[in-house]
Amino acid sequence: MMRATDLVLVLAMLLNFLVLGSSRLSAGIRAVALQGASLSLLPLLLHDGGAPTIHLMALGLGMLGLKGMLFPWLLFRAIREASMRREMQPLIGFTASLVAGILAAAVAFRVSTRLPLPSAPVSSFLIPTALTTILVSFIVLVSRTKALTQVLGYLMLENGIFLFGLVFAREMPLLIELGILLDLFVGVFVMGIVVFHIHREFDHIDTVHLTTLKG
Amino acid sequence: MLIALCLIPLLAGGVAFALRSNTQRLSLLVLTALAHFLLVASCWLKLPAPTPSGWLALDALGLLFLTLVSVLFLCASLYAIGYLRQEDHGSNRVFVGCLLAFLSAMTLVTVSHHLGLLWVAIEATTLASAPLIYFHHSQRSLEATWKYLLICSIGIALALLGTFFVAIAGTGPAAAEPSLLLEKLMANAANLNLPWLKGAFIFLLVGYGTKMGLAPLHTWLPDAHSEAPSPVSALLSGALLNCAFLGILRVFQICAAASLKHFAQELLVLFGLLSLLIAAAFLLRQSDYKRMLAYSSVEHMGILALGVGLGGAATYGAMLHAVNHSLAKALLFFAAGNILLSYKTKSAASVRGVLHRLPITGWLFLGGFLAITGSPPFGPFLSEFTILNAAVTQGQIGIAAIYLSLLAVVFLGMGSVVLPMVQGGSEEAVPLPLALPSSWMLNGVPLLLMAGVLMLGLYVPSGLQNVLTGASALLGGAP
Repeated sequence: MMRATDLVLVLAMLLNFLVLGSSRLSAGIRAVALQGASLSLLPLLLHDGGAPTIHLMALGLGMLGLKGMLFPWLLFRAIREASMRREMQPLIGFTASLVAGILAAAVAFRVSTRLPLPSAPVSSFLIPTALTTILVSFIVLVSRTKALTQVLGYLMLENGIFLFGLVFAREMPLLIELGILLDLFVGVFVMGIVVFHIHREFDHIDTVHLTTLKG
Repeated sequence: MLIALCLIPLLAGGVAFALRSNTQRLSLLVLTALAHFLLVASCWLKLPAPTPSGWLALDALGLLFLTLVSVLFLCASLYAIGYLRQEDHGSNRVFVGCLLAFLSAMTLVTVSHHLGLLWVAIEATTLASAPLIYFHHSQRSLEATWKYLLICSIGIALALLGTFFVAIAGTGPAAAEPSLLLEKLMANAANLNLPWLKGAFIFLLVGYGTKMGLAPLHTWLPDAHSEAPSPVSALLSGALLNCAFLGILRVFQICAAASLKHFAQELLVLFGLLSLLIAAAFLLRQSDYKRMLAYSSVEHMGILALGVGLGGAATYGAMLHAVNHSLAKALLFFAAGNILLSYKTKSAASVRGVLHRLPITGWLFLGGFLAITGSPPFGPFLSEFTILNAAVTQGQIGIAAIYLSLLAVVFLGMGSVVLPMVQGGSEEAVPLPLALPSSWMLNGVPLLLMAGVLMLGLYVPSGLQNVLTGASALLGGAP
């Protein structure tokens, strides 16, 4: 069971780099969806011996449905309607953002050894992966200009926060529920509508052009 | 009682979506606001008991902010009647429905004593207010809404991370079961894990600080406040920012109980001064008068953070200042709304001779400017002076000097925008504004607020005094 958890976490970590390195929007959407879907398995894997509670299973399924199916479907619809394929001009180049991502991972591993966890986490990878995902999501949010890639960055941020919540999956399933609420609230539900409107109003989804309001 | 306070506006919001006519919806809006206000007023006579689970409870701090929300909402809904009559806007179904949901979410923020629930409530305020900012359906309002959603969502995500950190800090060998209830965390404060709690405070300060408009994460605020219709701007500035501040104060309470008070206070002072500095810089040479008011909100949020950060008597000053700022800023946004209705432009350079064209609005705008910049005899003077006085008595001369000089810069910056607007005669070659908006609500509501701001500068009623003292005692301040 421990090995499966580690495998999922390593996969999530690698997907971070895939998002950083790929210029195709569809690849980014797939990577983030896969990351979300694989993380949704974790609540089931985290039980130490005992069977997973129905509560945790419901949480995992809810995550899978939202992050693995609904969001990618919405995002793919958005890029189809706006007929765009690539992130053409990131503010930071793909190689540079990959390097930044590696640095972020190094920082995450270093910091996580410094933070004393009151109770030992299920996997020593959990906290570093969570931190790396959060840091990488910031790189994406800052360096990419399309509204859609910013939504992707936001979803990665949620994934990272969800991982943190897993530390307490058993004691406080409430925390994970909050994380899922975070998805439901903003993730794509509202942003998707706004992206759609940006598309209608401007004929493109490039936030670099959203610069009328200044000063 | 507490549940009813949160549910009544939500249900009314649902009904508003079902109603057919604009007039019916507006009457529903005002009726709900009035009912909410009366319920809150009854809380002043006798504090309602907390719910059995302890998730919802009302203390002096919550009561203070709840009252601000309720009073401002009543004012804004009355003003909205007059305002919407002047603007051609079609159906107001979404507007009224979201406005009521917004009230419900803000009420929940003020009464929740559970950090998770608090987080959900603050997130809900973002969700309910986004359509309000997008009210005009123009490119500019779309841009403002997008920035608002994206920046505040990131802030709210960080706040969730901070909430997790609090939960982590609460588990350990000494602690029983982890809990996010404020009372349990406070009781268990001695056993909290300090490094995690420090991290929690930083994340929650940055997260809720984004929503509150603390620099450097305030960038959504000027856009949202200037693009939203004026009644909404007043609510965003006077009520919503305070709600986010309350979120920070709740965590501050926990930190203070866990002997992290100095750490938290230093951070608050830092963010407060930074907000003051940035707001002052952007207030100089500001060309859009609604943006000017928005930056002034950043400034005043900075003052609130600074006041709590200094502690002692300054905490009381900050509480009083929250009241003063809400009333004065709502007054200014209403007056600015009247100017916008009449002149149809937000550019300060195109507005001249307000005193001549719209005498009541002109005097209100001028008086509001004097009040918000802390001139006597208005309320903000008293509260800003209390904070300054506390800084000097504590020997924080450097902070006091920076604070005072930034206030002076703000005064100059806002004065150079406001004074040319209100002055100038009818002979000047400006496009003829439309006739004075004649609704008594457009002038009556800000006049009432002006009376309130003036009264608070001369005399603080003993009931309010008690609540302010109670609130600052919860934050470890002295009266």
